[in-house]
Amino acid sequence: MPGNANMSDPQANTPDAGPLGEADVKNSVKLSCRHVWKVFGDDAESLFAGAGEVDEAAFERDGYIGAVRDASFDVYEGEIFVIMGLSGSGKSTLLRCMTRLIEPSAGAIFFETRDLMKASEAELIGLRRHKMGMVFQHFALLPNRNVLGNVSLPLEVQGMGRAEREQRALEVIKLVGLDGRELYYPRELSGGQQQRVGIARSLAAEPDVWFLDEPFSALDPLIRREMQDEFMRLQNVLHKSIVFITHDFEEAIRLADRIAIMKDGAIIQIGTPEQLVLHPATDYVEEFTQGIPRAKVLSAQALMVEAGDQVFVGEVAADAAIDSQLEQILNADSGAVFAVVDERGEIIGALTRQVVVDLLASPPRQS
Amino acid sequence: MTIAVSTMKPTLSVPGRWVLLWAGMIGVTLLMMFARDSLPFAFSYPRAWEIPLAGWITRFMKWLINSADLGLFTFKELTRGIAWVVEQPYTLVKSVLSTGFLSGVGSDAVLVFPRLSWIALLAGVMLLGHYARDWKLAALVGGCFSYLVLFGQWNSAMVTLSSIIIAVPIGVVGGMALGIVGYRSNSFRAVLMPVLDLMQTVPVFAYLVPVLLLFGFSPVSAMIATIIYAMPPMVRVTLLALEQVTDEVVEAGSMAGCSRRQLLWKVLLPSAKRSLMVGVNQVVMLSLNMVIIASMIGAGGLGYDVLTALRRLKIGEGVEAGVAITLLAIALDRLSQAYANRPTPVYSQQQQGLWTRHPHALCFVVIAIVTWLLGIYLPAMNTYPETWQISMGTFWGDLVRYINVNFYDVLESFKNFLLLNIMIPFKRFLLSLPWIAVVAMVGLGGWQLGGRRLALLTASLATFIAVVGLWDKAMVTLYLCGISVIIACLIGIPIGILAARNERVHRVVSVIIDTLQTLPSFVYLMPVVMLFRVGDFAAMLAVIAYAVTPIIRYTDHGIRQVPADLIEASRQAGCTRNQLLRKVQVPLALPHIMLGVNQTIMMALSMLVITALVGTRELGQEVYIALTKADSGRGIIAGVCVAFIAIIADRMIGAWAAKRKREYGLE
Repeated sequence: MPGNANMSDPQANTPDAGPLGEADVKNSVKLSCRHVWKVFGDDAESLFAGAGEVDEAAFERDGYIGAVRDASFDVYEGEIFVIMGLSGSGKSTLLRCMTRLIEPSAGAIFFETRDLMKASEAELIGLRRHKMGMVFQHFALLPNRNVLGNVSLPLEVQGMGRAEREQRALEVIKLVGLDGRELYYPRELSGGQQQRVGIARSLAAEPDVWFLDEPFSALDPLIRREMQDEFMRLQNVLHKSIVFITHDFEEAIRLADRIAIMKDGAIIQIGTPEQLVLHPATDYVEEFTQGIPRAKVLSAQALMVEAGDQVFVGEVAADAAIDSQLEQILNADSGAVFAVVDERGEIIGALTRQVVVDLLASPPRQS
Repeated sequence: MTIAVSTMKPTLSVPGRWVLLWAGMIGVTLLMMFARDSLPFAFSYPRAWEIPLAGWITRFMKWLINSADLGLFTFKELTRGIAWVVEQPYTLVKSVLSTGFLSGVGSDAVLVFPRLSWIALLAGVMLLGHYARDWKLAALVGGCFSYLVLFGQWNSAMVTLSSIIIAVPIGVVGGMALGIVGYRSNSFRAVLMPVLDLMQTVPVFAYLVPVLLLFGFSPVSAMIATIIYAMPPMVRVTLLALEQVTDEVVEAGSMAGCSRRQLLWKVLLPSAKRSLMVGVNQVVMLSLNMVIIASMIGAGGLGYDVLTALRRLKIGEGVEAGVAITLLAIALDRLSQAYANRPTPVYSQQQQGLWTRHPHALCFVVIAIVTWLLGIYLPAMNTYPETWQISMGTFWGDLVRYINVNFYDVLESFKNFLLLNIMIPFKRFLLSLPWIAVVAMVGLGGWQLGGRRLALLTASLATFIAVVGLWDKAMVTLYLCGISVIIACLIGIPIGILAARNERVHRVVSVIIDTLQTLPSFVYLMPVVMLFRVGDFAAMLAVIAYAVTPIIRYTDHGIRQVPADLIEASRQAGCTRNQLLRKVQVPLALPHIMLGVNQTIMMALSMLVITALVGTRELGQEVYIALTKADSGRGIIAGVCVAFIAIIADRMIGAWAAKRKREYGLE
């Protein structure tokens, strides 16, 4: 793949159907990466000086390590974009390239229409103060500040007055359900509560883009579930553009509008959960999808047949997961057929009860 | 050193080659020793080849002080100006604690406002102890300060305390500033690290002379020397503390939109605060360690008392002032440690109201005012009456006299046995070696342990010692240091092993070595001089006593940190306790133990210079003579030689331990 650093405007760059995947949400692009590389090693930038082909085999022979390799994707306004990969796949490095906490070796990163790679230190600080928020795996709270102090830090560094910032911080603390704990110190809180503080801090400055770096990985499974629900509740209120990192495919399926799967620094597939399950691009992706109950991912649309002269006993929504409409379907008689309707209420296909029963009966494929 | 090196061969991938090289090296050395007469230059470095570096430095210092002109003012005016700036806060603190505020000078001075009463200060430190931890600490600190009152050490102690109170903040702030710059700039750090290495290994005496010449004979120049001595650990601790702040926290600060300055003040320093406090504790302890040495260039107080007592062999007085320094050190050490370990605040501690928020401070103010007012009518409130003081000076004198009268023969024969059978032969052996061969061996050792760069470093540092004409004295240093370190290890390693295997021993040993480490190095001299008078033997005992603590601590710690599952696996395999020790614990702890040996060598070298006061004839003596003659070049060069010996040992052991740890996958 070309490691070309001279990028055109991302708006003109419609995502190609194949590797970039198609977006469900056709909103404007909030954040986009084009051919982003991060190579670790002395003077790694020089590898890209030629602006032509990057010879991967050659640079790895010379002891360079490609942590992120040629990553390109768009994040749309209001969508939850999950980057999923196992440890060492480069997902956290990619995230930090997007915020320039780590300098990418090559490539372009656009925030709305602005090229982040050309942003000065001061512009970058401005963007982070007002447009970006980030949540960390191990919470990254300051032990010497109480909840209020931690949450109001982003406002404090903007130069906001004490009364104003504390009022705003209290609002966010309430939003994440920690009211009454404002004056507690991090070490007095449970892991889940600490991450709520981390979330509140990242939201205090009302950012447009919300980065979450494995936010729930350090929590117990039960708390993790609770925090995922909490996260979805917040997103339903806030509608942020989100980049969410995880190593847990189930979590990705649960939360994502779209998922990018990373392996060895490269993105190997981008798509909706349904697309990944139905059409895994490689065996590697397929392996992840095997343990996932189909009914949770597949929509009625994916299972429907052409509507003919069947007698419909009811309607199901085309784009919702089967799982969410299961009760209605299973309660019908054994030969029942449902009409599949789109948002406008028009019938676009037919779904038989038997197909759903078969789907549930087929065990998740094992490797 | 050559002996230590030659036993370190087994870790190499091609042992055969190294064995051959070492055999060849020893063979050549022996040949040279047989052909001694035909190779005189190889044995004593020819005078004609010496580079008179010391003379150049001395002349440069003279020029700097007498004629260097910076345009608007001369160099001397600059340094005296700095001294004046430091003197102002010192005078203020000294007035509060010691002299009171005076008007006029000399014997005509009239007291305008009295000093802080001893009751108020005693109460103050106890309140501080309670604030930092609990009443137990308050009682300990109170006890230490009570000694100062009861034994009539108060006035001197207050002079000492005043200079500590000024030196410590300057050292802390300066060290932090350097550390912060080093954290931010890699190129600055590249310069900083070797300078720190040198500053921490050059003996203090070496830079007393330049400081004396630049700043004059006064408490202020003593404080400046103290700051130079106490600051390097703070720089290191700052660097380490900032690097230890987890990446995520730094990133969280960046993502919150912190500028560089905000990141430093709002995120990095608060997060690193606890580690930084460790550095503050180090600065306090090193400043106290300097108290006696600093009195050689003008610091009064307890250090001066000890020094004069030592010079006049007034054992009782010396012991009492020495104990006072020790207790002061213990009190300040425990206070600063407790303060460093204070838990981060909790919700319930956020209370309102001046009295509830600052009970300790207000309590102190009240006591200070009350005792001041009462002091107007009752002088005893202000100054502890002399008639109430106790002294055990005669007791100490009598005790030493008793021991010397009754045990003279035993002590003397013990001393003579060691001197004649071990120390003197070892010294003669080292002195008989050709310097060229020793340099080559040091280089070969460096090559074996750390590759070509280390070989180049060690060989050139060793050559430097020969080139400046201090080879023989360096060999005597090596002999005293080597023999002390070996004995310290023979004592320390078994104790460490015992402590690691037995919880009760561990607790007792911990308390003892904690206390030993608090003692200023000078204090160790007193008992050995009393019992064995001056000379190499007394010096060796003092060095062993001072340097034995790290080897005990590292052995204990090293064995304890061997992973528990390995121990379980070995016991499951049927190891007895002794097999476990020999086959699992000691081998795995060896890299750590070697770091302890390294520390022991460093401490032995620093103590050795101080033992020059009791008449050893090595590099330390050279430094000390330079001090008495105010010959800055001579002192600095001898000091740098001591530092180079330390650096050679440190780098070789460090390289070995790092290699071992890598092989074991312990890094």
